[in-house]
Amino acid sequence: MKLRKVTAASAAVLALALSATACGGDSKDDSGSSSSGGGGGKIKIGIKFDQPGLGLKEPDGSYAGFDVDVATYVAKQLGYSADKIEWVETKSADRENALSRGDVKLIAATYSINDERKKKVDFAGPYLLAHQDLLIKKDSKISEATDLNGEKLCSVTGSTSAQNVKDDFAPKAQLKQYGGYSECIAGLQSGAVDAVTTDDSILAGFASQDKYKGQFKLAGLKLSNENYGIGVKKDDTATLNKVNAALTKMVSDGSWQKAVDKNFGPAGYKNEPAPKVGVIVK
Amino acid sequence: MFDFLEGYDVLGAFWMTVKLTVLSAVGSLIWGTLLAGMRVSPVPLMRGFGTAYVNIVRNIPLTVIIVFTSLGLADIFGVTMGAADNFDVQGFRLAVLGFTAYTAAFVCEAIRSGINTVPLGQAEAARAIGLNFSQTLRLIVLPQAFRAVINPLANVLIALTKNTTVAAAIGVAEAAALMKTMIENEAQTLAIGAVFAFGFVVLTLPTGLFLGWLAKRLAVKR
Repeated sequence: MKLRKVTAASAAVLALALSATACGGDSKDDSGSSSSGGGGGKIKIGIKFDQPGLGLKEPDGSYAGFDVDVATYVAKQLGYSADKIEWVETKSADRENALSRGDVKLIAATYSINDERKKKVDFAGPYLLAHQDLLIKKDSKISEATDLNGEKLCSVTGSTSAQNVKDDFAPKAQLKQYGGYSECIAGLQSGAVDAVTTDDSILAGFASQDKYKGQFKLAGLKLSNENYGIGVKKDDTATLNKVNAALTKMVSDGSWQKAVDKNFGPAGYKNEPAPKVGVIVK
Repeated sequence: MFDFLEGYDVLGAFWMTVKLTVLSAVGSLIWGTLLAGMRVSPVPLMRGFGTAYVNIVRNIPLTVIIVFTSLGLADIFGVTMGAADNFDVQGFRLAVLGFTAYTAAFVCEAIRSGINTVPLGQAEAARAIGLNFSQTLRLIVLPQAFRAVINPLANVLIALTKNTTVAAAIGVAEAAALMKTMIENEAQTLAIGAVFAFGFVVLTLPTGLFLGWLAKRLAVKR
């Protein structure tokens, strides 16, 4: 008897919970459709939350970084002021699905344009040309890619950068892989590895954090070309064109350069000139 | 349909998963049995150590333990498990060390519950014929205890198989690490995820069925 009561109660709770989530889902859909109509609604933009200099959620809940600045500018051109933006974390593995499901309208999250991804989403931009590079200690002697053989290198498990090192640049280098770049930087600081490799923009962001200022430098090797684009849902040409126009304007009115200086400045990062929309550097 | 699998050593990655699982399983079975012995031993210091170890280690998230073996033990304290010059071997050995340390806590508790199923009279009878503590444990209690806990141990083994995916956090090239690589390159999250999920089911389902059958056959009927 007692057991039956418990079962009934838990069933009721479950039903309540289910209906509550159903409501939540509905209202989310509503706001999504109204925002796509433009005007008073909100816009959801996907960024990284864990990449200093590009997309970082600060402890106080605000967002900072180059991707954030670019997305804010673009959103403004689309008719959404900064307070109408809802930031959504889009991890690398989830970016294509977040766009196709309609969870986010735009993605500005160190999203390199490549052919496989272009089958699934459309890219506006590129808005930044980054290169795979090395972050090394201030007094390190590494100056070209062949110096890497025999050195200890660190990157993130599964990342394109880690694969590039193994396949192309330095097959004889020791590659240590961690789940995130913070672990690699800790290893670089303690001397367990000689260099950390990924896009120079990401490395510059980490190196210009206050706790690391002045300890590291970029090697400036330009090991690859990474064209960062803004991801838009496949075949949403209207939005794509508007974003491209916004990016062009951002470069021409000087806001682009200002955002670069603000976010990558302290690490001695030499940025490429602003890329032209539609021109992908292979 | 499965053309995204081309150029990737999926079987090799799962073989790494199997190696991690088997070595960690053997290690944690030995270490877990020793811990269980400590927890039921008459020496207070050993009992205290066993209890403290189990309660501390099983309550630390596995990711923390695995990342600590690499960031803490290897990078800071220089523990390289005899593979200072090769990060791949080093990562593998550190991962096995971490999994063994973690899983042993659960193995210990499973075996201790098995020891509790052995009637007290068995141990008293063993004492009466002149066996000391370690002989009683080794010859009388543990053989019966093990037969009672095959099913719980199967659960621990299956959990361990899946837990090995955490080794990707320190760059061991097992299944989850390859999955990350493939998702990065191919942008086919769902299909790739399904393939790897299926791979783990293929690994764990037969394990569960076999050990379940074994448990039925070997259980001590009381």
